[in-house]
Amino acid sequence: MDFLQLFLELAQSTIRLSTPLILAALAGLFTERAGVFDIGLEGKMLGGAFAAGTVAFIAQSAMAGLLAAVVVSILLSLVHGYASITQRGNQIVSGVAINFIVAGSTVILGEAWFRQGGRTPALAEAARFQEIDLPFAEALRGVPLIGPIYADLISGHAALTYFAFLMVPVTWWILYRTRFGLRLRAVGENPGAVDTAGISVVWMRYRGVICCGILCGVAGAYLSLAANAGWTKGMTAGKGYIALAALIFAKWRPVPVMFACLLFGFLDAFAIRYQGTPLPLVGKVPVQLMQALPYILTVILLAGFIGKAIPPKAGGVPYVKER
Amino acid sequence: MGELAIELKGIDKSFGLVHANRDINLQVRKGTIHGIIGENGAGKSTLMSILYGFYQADSGEILVDGRPVQIRDPNAAIAAGIGMVHQHFMLVENFTVLENVMLGAEESRILNAGIAKARAELKRLEKEYALEVNPDAVIEELPVGLQQRVEILKALYRKADILILDEPTGVLTPAEADHLFRILEQLKAQGKTIILITHKLREIMAITDEVSVMRRGEMVATRETDKTSVEELAELMVGRRVLLRVQKGEAQPGDVKLSVSNLTVRDSRGVTMVDNVSFDLRAGEIVGIAGVAGNGQSELLEAIAGIRRAVSGSVALNGEAIDVTGHADPAELRRRGLAHVPEDRHHVGLVLKFEESENAILGYHDDPKYRRGLLLDIDAIRADAEEKIEKYDIRPPNTRLKTANFSGGNQQKIVLAREMERDPDVLIIGQPTRGVDVGAIEFIHKRIIEMRDQGKAVLLVSVELDEIRALSDRILVMFAGRIVGERGPDATEGELGLLMAGVEGRKEAAE
Repeated sequence: MDFLQLFLELAQSTIRLSTPLILAALAGLFTERAGVFDIGLEGKMLGGAFAAGTVAFIAQSAMAGLLAAVVVSILLSLVHGYASITQRGNQIVSGVAINFIVAGSTVILGEAWFRQGGRTPALAEAARFQEIDLPFAEALRGVPLIGPIYADLISGHAALTYFAFLMVPVTWWILYRTRFGLRLRAVGENPGAVDTAGISVVWMRYRGVICCGILCGVAGAYLSLAANAGWTKGMTAGKGYIALAALIFAKWRPVPVMFACLLFGFLDAFAIRYQGTPLPLVGKVPVQLMQALPYILTVILLAGFIGKAIPPKAGGVPYVKER
Repeated sequence: MGELAIELKGIDKSFGLVHANRDINLQVRKGTIHGIIGENGAGKSTLMSILYGFYQADSGEILVDGRPVQIRDPNAAIAAGIGMVHQHFMLVENFTVLENVMLGAEESRILNAGIAKARAELKRLEKEYALEVNPDAVIEELPVGLQQRVEILKALYRKADILILDEPTGVLTPAEADHLFRILEQLKAQGKTIILITHKLREIMAITDEVSVMRRGEMVATRETDKTSVEELAELMVGRRVLLRVQKGEAQPGDVKLSVSNLTVRDSRGVTMVDNVSFDLRAGEIVGIAGVAGNGQSELLEAIAGIRRAVSGSVALNGEAIDVTGHADPAELRRRGLAHVPEDRHHVGLVLKFEESENAILGYHDDPKYRRGLLLDIDAIRADAEEKIEKYDIRPPNTRLKTANFSGGNQQKIVLAREMERDPDVLIIGQPTRGVDVGAIEFIHKRIIEMRDQGKAVLLVSVELDEIRALSDRILVMFAGRIVGERGPDATEGELGLLMAGVEGRKEAAE
């Protein structure tokens, strides 16, 4: 049973670490499928996390924190939308700018408001998302194999984690089964076709960008209200970029996005679990190498293992009518 | 005189300085095929985009079925029963036919309900108009002809009674074009009204009932098709009589100016594109290289011009060798009297984002007459460009306009003026009239013959057999990288066609 225990530990940690990745990658999926590339997932998540930490502390309410995160993240995506859709600017530059602005301003505001050295005050239990025990989790724990899996792996996560995993089929359904999804995919491939069909290209793209803002906000709230007890500076630590990598790795499709995020989450979990522990064959591996593992694998996977990832054809290109 | 499906009154539209449509009046009768013809840049597409709500007219009135309508966006056009098949298809390439047809006309927020209905409607349209296409096929896997059919289906699905087709045959093979015309006849028989925009006279004569001619933003005439002729329409389009074949005298060949011997060129994949080619080019003659595109003509031209390295062989210009297998320097070749009009003016011949005057000296910008010390002498450059604009009738006559804003024919004239006005000994020209209007073709042909008569040696590569036959004093036919035959200017089309297909050539080589 030792092995099962180990597996459960790693799997549970994988799920926790994958949750923000899945939310952020799905966020990216909505905007990039609409033809607006977004390298600013990181910034929006961080901004959301900061807003969540701040408001949750002041209001002593997790829901208020979540709402604040979503609002801030939507505002940031509207800035990106305005720059890249309305003003037809360079989408990469705009995304990078958002990352920088958020990274800097959150530290300044945090310091000005709370003076705790780059963090928001630690949140009490009530101001955080609690782990939810699913019904019968304790009762079933005794059942061999299934019991521990249900009780330790499936049960016992924050509501936002269930939300993240639920969003995978929901996103799929929106994308492939609704009018909005059809138009969203079309506007990322050939905005001309959307325009001539009498649909506003600009409004479609803004809607994609807003969807992105909502999900990034949730991802940020998860970081400061569920995974941690408050915001700390730079707490996204590149998760926005990893989510972007997962999105490319999954070729902009919702279900593969989930698996890609689980893979990256697993690498992270593995690195945390085994840092400093001697491994069979290789012996003791430096902590830094273990921590770098997810990033190294990202590079390797993206460089060679996924075949050709073809982005939405009109991605990154502002729409201008001919002439 | 039947009822009018469309009536345009006094439509006017400008884009900045360009007056694209001036006071256009047009009447299109119900149940007819109405052609709109004009040269590139005459304003045909702009007019139709206004009718489809893509642009707004600055002034004027649109009547559909006798009622005035405001067409502010494509939605309004669709509501008024107008459908459009764009020159560049407005299809989502990785969507299925069904998804493309439904886009924008989905019926409800959830797709499923609409899908069954769309499928049934497509089936009905297919039957009614003989427009077969698999609704589940992905667009990018369909041939161009079928993609166009999807565009037509899109319009019919939206209940269009008036169908606008913008240059529909530009991307089609002749067989596909014939098929399209049969479809249009069928649509007309069902009572649809069709507006066909084209610059091809043959199509107008073949299929339309009436034809309106546009020239420089104005509607200059409307004729019943069976009461007009190709000659009259060409004259109306260009605004003067057009010679469809330029007159020229006997060639007076002089010394050998360019000598190519045993030249072999491979492309980037290592495939031999030019295979042991030899020929001489003399002063005062035009040698035409005929061949189906992709048989090595482009590579031959590039090797001689010094922009592609040859594997072996030699080329001599005015008796002196060019280092074609090493580092031939195009600038050096220019100084030695070789001028090159490249086949692809957009990528090689011009920098489209530059001003006209900048392109007019590109490659010769080192010339002291364009310089003032280390700097460019902008005034001299503009003055020089103005001279060329005047002489080559480049329109609009604006040296500061971005080159991308000139029509294809005028862009080509910019390149020709630049190269010809340097008074070269040898002029090599690739596809001189690709994408160029009737009127400009005549001008370009005349200029090329003038060059010859001034004693220049001209090497002409063209995939237009008519052009080769009209201009050349000698015709070399290339097939699979080799010169498979030489003919005089009186060679028949059939004879050359066989050589180009490699049929005669193999026999000749074997003998």
